[in-house]
Amino acid sequence: MIATLVADVPRRGLVLLLLLLAALVAAPLLVNDYLLTVLILILYFAYAGQAWNIMMGFAGQLSLGHALYVGLGAYTAAALFFHFGLSPWISLPLALAVSGLVGAIMGLLAFRFGVAGVYFAILTIAVAEFARIGFDHWSWVGGSAGLFVPVANYTQNDLWTLRGSPRMFYYVILALTVLALLVCRLLLKSRAGYYWQAIREDEDAARALGVNTFRYKMYAVVLSAAMTSLAGIFFAFYYNNLFPEQVFTIGRSIELILGPIIGGLGTLIGPIVGAFLITGLAEALHEAMLRIGIDVPGAKQVFYGVCLLVVVMALPHGVWPPLRRLLGLDPKTSGKGKA
Amino acid sequence: MPALLEVDGLSKSFSGLRAVSNLTFSVGQGELAALIGPNGAGKTTCFSMIAGVIRPDAGRVHLDGRRVDGLRADQICRAGVGRTFQVVKPFAGLSVLDNVIVGALNTHRTVAGASRAADEVLDLLGLAAKRGHPAASLTLPERKRLEVARALATGPRLLLLDEVMAGLRPTEIDLMVQVLRDLNARRGITILLIEHVMRAVMALARRVIVMHHGEIIARGTPQEVTRNPAVIESYLGEEAV
Repeated sequence: MIATLVADVPRRGLVLLLLLLAALVAAPLLVNDYLLTVLILILYFAYAGQAWNIMMGFAGQLSLGHALYVGLGAYTAAALFFHFGLSPWISLPLALAVSGLVGAIMGLLAFRFGVAGVYFAILTIAVAEFARIGFDHWSWVGGSAGLFVPVANYTQNDLWTLRGSPRMFYYVILALTVLALLVCRLLLKSRAGYYWQAIREDEDAARALGVNTFRYKMYAVVLSAAMTSLAGIFFAFYYNNLFPEQVFTIGRSIELILGPIIGGLGTLIGPIVGAFLITGLAEALHEAMLRIGIDVPGAKQVFYGVCLLVVVMALPHGVWPPLRRLLGLDPKTSGKGKA
Repeated sequence: MPALLEVDGLSKSFSGLRAVSNLTFSVGQGELAALIGPNGAGKTTCFSMIAGVIRPDAGRVHLDGRRVDGLRADQICRAGVGRTFQVVKPFAGLSVLDNVIVGALNTHRTVAGASRAADEVLDLLGLAAKRGHPAASLTLPERKRLEVARALATGPRLLLLDEVMAGLRPTEIDLMVQVLRDLNARRGITILLIEHVMRAVMALARRVIVMHHGEIIARGTPQEVTRNPAVIESYLGEEAV
């Protein structure tokens, strides 16, 4: 398995990746509290983007409603903690199952009845909206008044109940991001990875080569949904409050997919690069504007829009593929040697 | 020669137009046969029905005695039918090798095994030098060969080849003819090809089925059908005689 992980990764790429990881591990010792919260946000989007990328980047199924799975994960774990004091790690399997099940139902409906492309994307928005309205009226989880995860007086980090300092949350999300990268790498090099990419490129051709496209699209949806809901658990315990209006709104879904689109759809490093770029720059912009005394609401959204526009027009494959070339990490294309 | 593929009474209409009507023929185990006819004769529709892409209105398809009509395309592939598309469908964003690995995974359990098998197929079709290139960068003749390579990598007993010679130069056609003949002779793969390039049909096929307006109008050896007046009139034209 280790061999699969690093096989045909250029040595220089591996070194760069390890240096980045070392820098990220050391970061909390070097940066101030504000920068740490920015880094947490960046890694959160890197993780969630990686999860979304499985569905869209690998298998070519466009979901514009991934906030749904963030919300399901967040609400499942937060409600069980709020009502029964259950550790999020105990709720975790249930949260993954709930999200996976909802994803499976949507996939079943869509893929069985040939809902594809734009129509599939609309379906994903619709289900997320249903969830938003449903949770708004569900009093057990606080309804529109919101659900608050008790903060109490935790003086030290408690990993078991995910109560603690930003530094603890930082290492949790860093671990999740690294884990997601490794899992996606293994997936991409497996049968599922090959089949997903075949489906993304040409579904008819994939079928003609013996790919059960329905089954593999279902795998992608369920896996992506479950992984995304883990980001939701983190979200709930980091922010301590959940409002359906904020959690399930389409803006959240869009925010989530900007990283992988800007970084490079279907690539492993793209979601990470994209998250650093967009969240990093947006926060820098926000900070710079505050410094010179302007506080324009919505400036961040405008910035997202501009970023997306620039990337779509100038770098249609995202920032990572050209950056990879610049770093000299492109796989060799000629000869019989191992590419 | 026992029949590997049996097509019995296959029919298909598209909004009232009879694309294929009551088509009956068989292809023997290890045979190399060609399906020819003018554009719109229903050849590709016939392939699509055999390959499980289009559901026939009527008729049956048997593969090695097992009824396969009504199965999905991927199930038919797994039953041992490899097919190429007339309008090539490469996985443009993937490398040439990865394209073929997708096919090879049909009969290989591991990616490593599929990768080795894919390399062998690429060697066979003269694409080894391109293995790391994205499929999008291939020329049309190379894409045609990639179609064959992918279909071949699925480990088929029957290959359905839809105009794999179209757009190829004469030397490239001869190369492809040689490859197909080898596959047929050495590996015992049964081949049914749709082809307009008569040079290839005459060189390859031992038996030719001629379609016109969705029906079979002639069948026999290449020499026989090219002398058939109905075939000359509907398809080959006077100058071909």
